[in-house]
Amino acid sequence: MTAVAGRPLPGASAVRLSGLARGFSLTRGALAANATLVYLFFYAPIALLVVFSFSADRNVGRWGGFTLSWYDDFIGNTSIQNAIWVSLRVALVSTVVSVVLGTLAAFAIERFRFRGRQAFDALLYLPIIIPDVTMAVMMLLFFSEFFDLINLLFGTDLRKGFASIAVSHIAFNISFVSVVVRARLAGMDRRLEEAAMDLYASRWKAFRHVTLPQIAPGVAGGALLALTLSLDDVVVTQFAAGPGATTLPVYVFGLIRRGVTPLINSVSVVMLVASIGLVLLSLFVQRSRSSAAVGPQGAVAGRSRRSS
Amino acid sequence: MTERVPAVRIAGITKRFGDVTAVDDIDLEIGDGEFFALLGPSGCGKTTTLRMIAGLDFPTMGSLKIFGDEVGTLPPNKRPVNTVFQAYALFPHMNVADNIAFGLKMQKVDRLERDRRVAEAVGLVQLGGMEGRRPNQLSGGQQQRVALARALVNRPKVLLLDEPLGALDLKLRQEMQLELKALQREVGITFVFVTHDQEEALTMSDRIAVMHEGRLLQTGAPEDIYQRPSNRFVADFIGRTNLLEGTVASAGEVVLSNGMRVQAASEHAFGAKVAVSLRPEQAFLHRRGGAPGGWPSIDGVLREVTYVGNALVHSVAVDWITIEVRAPHRSTETPLQVGDDVSVSWAPGGVTVVGD
Repeated sequence: MTAVAGRPLPGASAVRLSGLARGFSLTRGALAANATLVYLFFYAPIALLVVFSFSADRNVGRWGGFTLSWYDDFIGNTSIQNAIWVSLRVALVSTVVSVVLGTLAAFAIERFRFRGRQAFDALLYLPIIIPDVTMAVMMLLFFSEFFDLINLLFGTDLRKGFASIAVSHIAFNISFVSVVVRARLAGMDRRLEEAAMDLYASRWKAFRHVTLPQIAPGVAGGALLALTLSLDDVVVTQFAAGPGATTLPVYVFGLIRRGVTPLINSVSVVMLVASIGLVLLSLFVQRSRSSAAVGPQGAVAGRSRRSS
Repeated sequence: MTERVPAVRIAGITKRFGDVTAVDDIDLEIGDGEFFALLGPSGCGKTTTLRMIAGLDFPTMGSLKIFGDEVGTLPPNKRPVNTVFQAYALFPHMNVADNIAFGLKMQKVDRLERDRRVAEAVGLVQLGGMEGRRPNQLSGGQQQRVALARALVNRPKVLLLDEPLGALDLKLRQEMQLELKALQREVGITFVFVTHDQEEALTMSDRIAVMHEGRLLQTGAPEDIYQRPSNRFVADFIGRTNLLEGTVASAGEVVLSNGMRVQAASEHAFGAKVAVSLRPEQAFLHRRGGAPGGWPSIDGVLREVTYVGNALVHSVAVDWITIEVRAPHRSTETPLQVGDDVSVSWAPGGVTVVGD
């Protein structure tokens, strides 16, 4: 603005220019305010959550002085710990299984032409599209009918619990994994696989040595997505869970119904810290991976980062 | 010793994709040690033929033998052939040495032997010092050499090349043409390469198979194909030519559509619709009436002269078509002007008769 004002300009255009400059700074101010508000909207609740996890008052939202007693409660509470343990196990099992099955499904749909391929393709998307509750009710019906049948036939005593939760999570995670992996597979040059087979690789070896390294970022992305979805899920889990096993989100949900205390805050803060840790870890892994160069841009970016 | 077994023997091969017939009943024999070109416009079935030899596509019908062994439906990893792919298909996540070593690794060649052969292949294609680079850090020409080394290191009985020079610029392409030819002589392996560039096919190969719409039109040495094209398509596709339409009047005579009689031997039946193929460089241009005695000639008007560096290309309008005449550029002769009345002539026997 000063540069414009200092230049000898005819009056009229000088006015217009400074008007333009003022308009420009107004826009900038509005944008800055907008950004601030959006970030406030995002992070203020989180800040409040963290702050009140240290409040001594039983009522969330009323400050009663600093205390760590809610964290003490959390550490001493075995049912919470059990729920965390179940959550982690379910997440790990469902992620591993759905990554394997989802990747294979993606590969099958993307690479082979077979009868019923399109129907299979459409069905694979279903768990993403249908509402959680529908999925949950389906799971509930399936498990009760299925377990009744098995129990009747073989005289066993199957009940809903860890296994049924894990299976229901696998059921929806396969879809998400295969969608992510397919996107990556579609962008891969098919001739690379042909080249591998031309160079004496069997189909499996071509997949193992050429396809898999090419789609690895997609598989990793799918795995992270599956892990998150599994750790997060309340609705489906609630219907598939039995009396013996509950996941953390379902347990927290139950706590709220019995009255909210800052114990929930402390649990949430621990989960928050854990997820931030995971995100940072994945960023770190991606960064060190990209300097090892997978794509053409990866190589260049990786090198320039190291030299700078 | 008995007759040599052909490197590749294709008998009655047909390939259909759904309703589309990509390759239509082809018979082909490629000799041991030959540099063989499959030539044709895009979509003619040449790449499909190559892919069937590689095992990347399986024929719908017919027999395919490599050195006498039927390989029709063997997967690519069970065949003694290797391919240099169009755009190379180098593995982007491996460096040059690992790319080249891939085939040996898959065949479980032990480490020492592998390293020795990779080093040898790297030397063969002059890529020393590049072993640690990734494909995206190489130029097009270097990538092409890696692709060659990656295939040759396995000592295939037949090397297949799918438009190997298509991605290179003109100058590099001409260099690589010579290099490929020298390389083939050095390793002594049968090379089968696919190209749509007739000049490339003529320069590089011992024999050429011309394909069109899934069919094999003609197989022969470059000179044979150029000088004795079997039909109109081959004549037109290989090099440039003037096709003068006509009908066969007798065994040694064709009546052109303007009524002119041309002496030209052909095996076509009396009355068959044919064309007389006159190559631009076998046609001569004179002032009207200046044609040598006994030479067939057609009168026309000079419409255009194009300077193409080493020659002048003259377009002569005859009453029913335009004939192209290519003459070396000689500055001493009084040049013909556009609009001059001229005659186009050719030596007796300087034309070929081609059917459909």
